[in-house]
Amino acid sequence: MTMLFGIPLPALLGQLLIGFINGSFYALLSLGLAVIFGLLRVINFAHGAQYMLGAFTAYLLLFYTGIGFWPALIIAPLIVAAISALIERTMLSRLYDLDHLYGLLFTFGLALIIEGTFRWYYGAAGQPYAGPALLSGGTNLGFMFLPNYRGFVVVASIVICLAVWLLIEKTRLGAYLRAATENPQLVQAFGVNVPLLLTLTYALGAGLAGLAGVLAAPIYQVSPLMGSNLIIIVFAVVVIGGMGSIGGAIVTGYVLGILEGLTKVFYPEASNIVVFVIMAIVLMLRPAGLFGKEI
Amino acid sequence: MSRAVTERPAGKEPLLQVRDLHGWYGESHVLHGVSLDLHEGETITLVGRNGAGKTTTLRAIMNILPRREGEIRIAGEDMMKVPVHRTAHHGIGYVPEERGIFATLSVTENLMLPPKVAEGGMSVEEIFDLFPNLAERRNSPGTKLSGGEQQMLAIARILRTGVRIILLDEPTEGLAPVIIQRIGDVLIELKKKGMTLLLVEQNFRFARKVADRFYLMEDGHILESFPTAELESRIDRLHEVVGV
Amino acid sequence: MSSLTQSGAAAPEATDAEAGHRRQKSLSRIGLVVAVIAVAGLIAAPFFVYPVFLMTVLCFALFATAFNLLLGYVGLLSFGHAAFFGGAAYFAAHAAKVWGFEPLSAILVGAVGAGVMGLAVGALAIRRQGIYFAMVTLALSQMIFFIFLQAPFTHGEDGIQGVPRGDLLGLVDLNRPLNIYYFVLAVFLFGFFAVWRIVHSPFGHVLQAIRENENRAISLGYRVERYKLAAFVMSATIAGLAGAMKAIVLQIATLTDVAWQMSGEVVLMTLLGGMGTIFGPSLGAAVVVTMQNYFATSDVPVTVIIGVVFVLCVLLFRRGIVGEAIRLMKR
Repeated sequence: MTMLFGIPLPALLGQLLIGFINGSFYALLSLGLAVIFGLLRVINFAHGAQYMLGAFTAYLLLFYTGIGFWPALIIAPLIVAAISALIERTMLSRLYDLDHLYGLLFTFGLALIIEGTFRWYYGAAGQPYAGPALLSGGTNLGFMFLPNYRGFVVVASIVICLAVWLLIEKTRLGAYLRAATENPQLVQAFGVNVPLLLTLTYALGAGLAGLAGVLAAPIYQVSPLMGSNLIIIVFAVVVIGGMGSIGGAIVTGYVLGILEGLTKVFYPEASNIVVFVIMAIVLMLRPAGLFGKEI
Repeated sequence: MSRAVTERPAGKEPLLQVRDLHGWYGESHVLHGVSLDLHEGETITLVGRNGAGKTTTLRAIMNILPRREGEIRIAGEDMMKVPVHRTAHHGIGYVPEERGIFATLSVTENLMLPPKVAEGGMSVEEIFDLFPNLAERRNSPGTKLSGGEQQMLAIARILRTGVRIILLDEPTEGLAPVIIQRIGDVLIELKKKGMTLLLVEQNFRFARKVADRFYLMEDGHILESFPTAELESRIDRLHEVVGV
Repeated sequence: MSSLTQSGAAAPEATDAEAGHRRQKSLSRIGLVVAVIAVAGLIAAPFFVYPVFLMTVLCFALFATAFNLLLGYVGLLSFGHAAFFGGAAYFAAHAAKVWGFEPLSAILVGAVGAGVMGLAVGALAIRRQGIYFAMVTLALSQMIFFIFLQAPFTHGEDGIQGVPRGDLLGLVDLNRPLNIYYFVLAVFLFGFFAVWRIVHSPFGHVLQAIRENENRAISLGYRVERYKLAAFVMSATIAGLAGAMKAIVLQIATLTDVAWQMSGEVVLMTLLGGMGTIFGPSLGAAVVVTMQNYFATSDVPVTVIIGVVFVLCVLLFRRGIVGEAIRLMKR
């Protein structure tokens, strides 16, 4: 058997793949957080709950209406985005003029409500969710066996991240968004409906979390608390990357997922904390984060 | 820029009318009853010391002041109830003192940012003809421009939108004489095309070339207004009030 | 970016300085009266209310008071204070059960341990500001959570159970309800008074100056970093004191006390009671613990209730109970 650093190659590659998949979710989630934070200056603590909501919506769509994975991949994020837009409009938007900590506290309370309600209703146990039949089975790559769905998740997350990046960097809407991040008042004086832009941005970020949730549903089980521990890791990812750049958030997400996967191979005891340890090291060496501008 | 100049009888109401305008920053009362008229095709200049309330007046008209009271009408329409993001759609554009060029946007993106609010704005080609140096730098980030280029970009992006009134806050501040000259030419060009301008300016020599009338401000209200022809005879008093 | 935040509060209140001073004096006199009544009430309380409940409230009240030292007086939102509360609980439980320490020494072990953790976490966290500070403290406390989860001495999911209450200084038997109650009350009052002293010391005034305007404090020549770190360590130590005491009182130390939900709860207690007020956090703790006890037996999920109270506080009731009371009295 081929060995690398004293580890069988298939085991190493297997963990790398798991790391890459985790990294895909870190990237999607930290991207959404960065988009929201950039314009709203709100750390969206409910991001994990919105991720869970995406997965649960897909699960419930299948359970009650028989709507399968592919339609759910579109519908569920839209539902999450719509709910989030409503919450932003009616409640979160009242907090923009206050200290930014209130936005964090509000979304924290929101996360408790959403997760608590689902836990109360569905219990803490996970529910299996079948992935699309089209992607069942796997492909033998010669050096390793790749489950098709996992391969799809990696590709899909890259495509989504790229699409969001293009949306923000290359379109007119993106230009409004970047301009409003710098000087919301002037953009508004030019005749752009900035409050609506804020709502759309929050919906976009939350929808991305929902989309990540649907993608995650066939891999991890659908459970009310699936997002609550994840979100803290994603916070650490965001601190490491710095929230100055969208690209930085994406790259940091993938890299940390892979590093976490490698840690599982070489020093499994530390795999839970490796992201936090890296965060501590980055804070010591480069307090603003790897891609960050101090805000 | 072929705007129909029909139905404009003499002595018609002003295009922009401000009456007894009060404005506040937090608790501090900055504007104490400003009134002014700006007729279609006219250029007026607000002069006054720093802190007299000139910029605040412009911000109040654009509705980006935390609190304002009084009366503002554009073409007779009450602007006090119009939300911030609809103000521009009544045909009014703003060139702020700090120019407000966005660092994360390219020159072209900065130019294209303000939405069109009416027909009749200049096309991008026309704008690049008017400001050739912006055309050369269309892909560089906004803040890599020189101060003069930033000022021109700040004016240029408003010209695209089709507004009838432009508020300009100290467009010559901190710029080299050649560039001031250039901006003066552009404003005269705009005037010829029938644009209505409200200028805040400390530089009398610059302002007299474009302005039809002057408004002198002090401590948040208008002291007096006079036509440009009277500038010469009042220049000593002006220097006294304005202190430049 | 702060143009939005400052617009509302830019101008100073135009109050008559002397009247303000008089009012301030009468307020602190009211505070003294409240304190005396509260202490008298707490001394009498175990004859009317179930002592274990009272002691739980006192532990959380001290925890929230320690937390408020940071949030209310330095303006730092730590979202990881459970690490110190729950960490100290583990240390104290281990010292009492495995090392056989008497209760006071065990509690001191816990508090000192929390202080050391506070030094490490604080030194990293103060490198970032505002909202990042909250995220960094949360992430570091989550790391500490995983370390406790895996460390053998904490016994993982089971926690350290059957912690002996022991004899205080080898003399007083803390297994008797009134004995342990008055011991807990004494520790609480000690911790509470310590926070009060810190806030009203010259050091505390510098902290509040940092909260008001960090840049001005820097330009006045204060080494803001050191002040923040010192406050962080003090807050962590006193939070540890509370957690260690809780381990002795309830005779158990578990993962619940180090989990991030606990960090959220202490934020809620402080917010609900009134951040930046001396009595607020204790009152908030009493309300939250009572609420949890009440709903624990009902069908309604406690987490949802906590979340709803959180959202309502943030949207409608940002001054908290004591903050609102002070505002009404100032009128």
